[in-house]
Amino acid sequence: MNSNAIEVDDLVVERGKRRVLHGIGCSIPAGSVTGLLGPSGSGKTTLIRAIVGVQIVRSGTVTVLGMPAGTAELRRKVGYVTQAPSVYADLSVRENARYFASLYGLGAAEADRAIADVGLADAARQLVGNLSGGQRSRASLACALIGTPELLVLDEPTVGQDPVLRADLWGKFHEMAARGTTLLVSSHVMDEAGRCDRLLLIRDGRLIGDDTPAAIRAAAGTEDLEEAFLRLIRERAEVAA
Amino acid sequence: MSVAITFSTSGRIVRQLRHDRRTVALLMVVPAILLTLLYYMYEDAPQIFDRVALIMLGIFPFVIMFLVTSIAMLRERTSGTLERLLTTPLGKIDLLFGYGLAFSGAAAVQGAVATGVAYWLLGLDTLGSPALVVLIAIVNAVLGVALGLLCSAFARTEFQAVQFLPVVVVPQILLCGLFVPREAMAGWLQAIADVLPLTYAVDALMEVGTSADATATMWRDLIIVAGAAVLALVLAAATLRRRTP
Repeated sequence: MNSNAIEVDDLVVERGKRRVLHGIGCSIPAGSVTGLLGPSGSGKTTLIRAIVGVQIVRSGTVTVLGMPAGTAELRRKVGYVTQAPSVYADLSVRENARYFASLYGLGAAEADRAIADVGLADAARQLVGNLSGGQRSRASLACALIGTPELLVLDEPTVGQDPVLRADLWGKFHEMAARGTTLLVSSHVMDEAGRCDRLLLIRDGRLIGDDTPAAIRAAAGTEDLEEAFLRLIRERAEVAA
Repeated sequence: MSVAITFSTSGRIVRQLRHDRRTVALLMVVPAILLTLLYYMYEDAPQIFDRVALIMLGIFPFVIMFLVTSIAMLRERTSGTLERLLTTPLGKIDLLFGYGLAFSGAAAVQGAVATGVAYWLLGLDTLGSPALVVLIAIVNAVLGVALGLLCSAFARTEFQAVQFLPVVVVPQILLCGLFVPREAMAGWLQAIADVLPLTYAVDALMEVGTSADATATMWRDLIIVAGAAVLALVLAAATLRRRTP
């Protein structure tokens, strides 16, 4: 068994005429929480889409749990939460969760557990369309937790959540990692970076950092990750110039 | 292809429909109201009413299910749920058949209501059985669903999706033999009508109007309509891509 859940090698993606990812390479260890950090438009979502196998790639390889990304078998093992909550607004939270549970051959109990896990038990009967933005994205998250996937890929799952809930969710992510699930979580807020076991820093379609938060802090010579990110960008600009 | 996933998908679509009470009410009531309108238009010519109302019982489910399905599927594409579904064990055919099942179920109820109103309240008179009319209405609804699923692939917005109604549906209504008998049309119009599936649906209904028992022509027509629906579903499956740019 490979100890890396995800291996990306020289990945190039073009959308339209624009090159979005310029030869990305990285490895994500199994059973970890890895943060994918970068500004809006840096290519985070494209990299995530390539990992879950829905992105047409120009060249390079993406290997997930030992198989090429997008392999049919992976559909049972990889959970994916898109950036915009992709749940049915005209169904209740519970109806959504039960439908997604049924796709994995699972029943109502698993669906209800996932709803409770994201703190939506009290809103389970409400239509998703009537929920707040934060609740909606938690409903979307609940649908991905069903069936305890081996790899969970979350595109900005904590946007718009209140700080207490955000802390709860991060606690949940680490619990899952401790039980062996690999999590890849994208974010554009640096204060979440410190909560990850590893960080991938991405900017303009290039990886500019791939290490533990502590190592990135040490390399940049600052305790503040935001500042560290800035220094990494400047260093690269100097190298390029 | 998984039967369990197909059924749970169609159950999900029916639940979505159920939460939208206004749409359900419109689906059930509008055909009956339109038939009533026809009844008063042809109050003095009951034999024309019999012909037109019978054909309308086949056209309504086709048009309505085309519209409902193309919007529903477009929403599935634009809301990101389609992309998400395609990363789960759900097969493309499960999704399409799920839609087909859910909306043809809705069409069966709608067809039963409209046919009941036409025969018992408005005095529609045909030689053949009303049950055959409902059957043809359901097959037409499946055709509408299948074409709607296919057309939604070529629309990016709801505005574009509704524009497929005049493109795909209206020519079929014009040429199906409702306005001008097919034999009376110019040869090239007949040739076009011959490749449009609704033509066969209308032909089947006219058979029910003029024969006491189901005729071989009616079954042939029905098989052609069902075949066109399957073809459209297969083409629709080809438009569902797990990987997108």
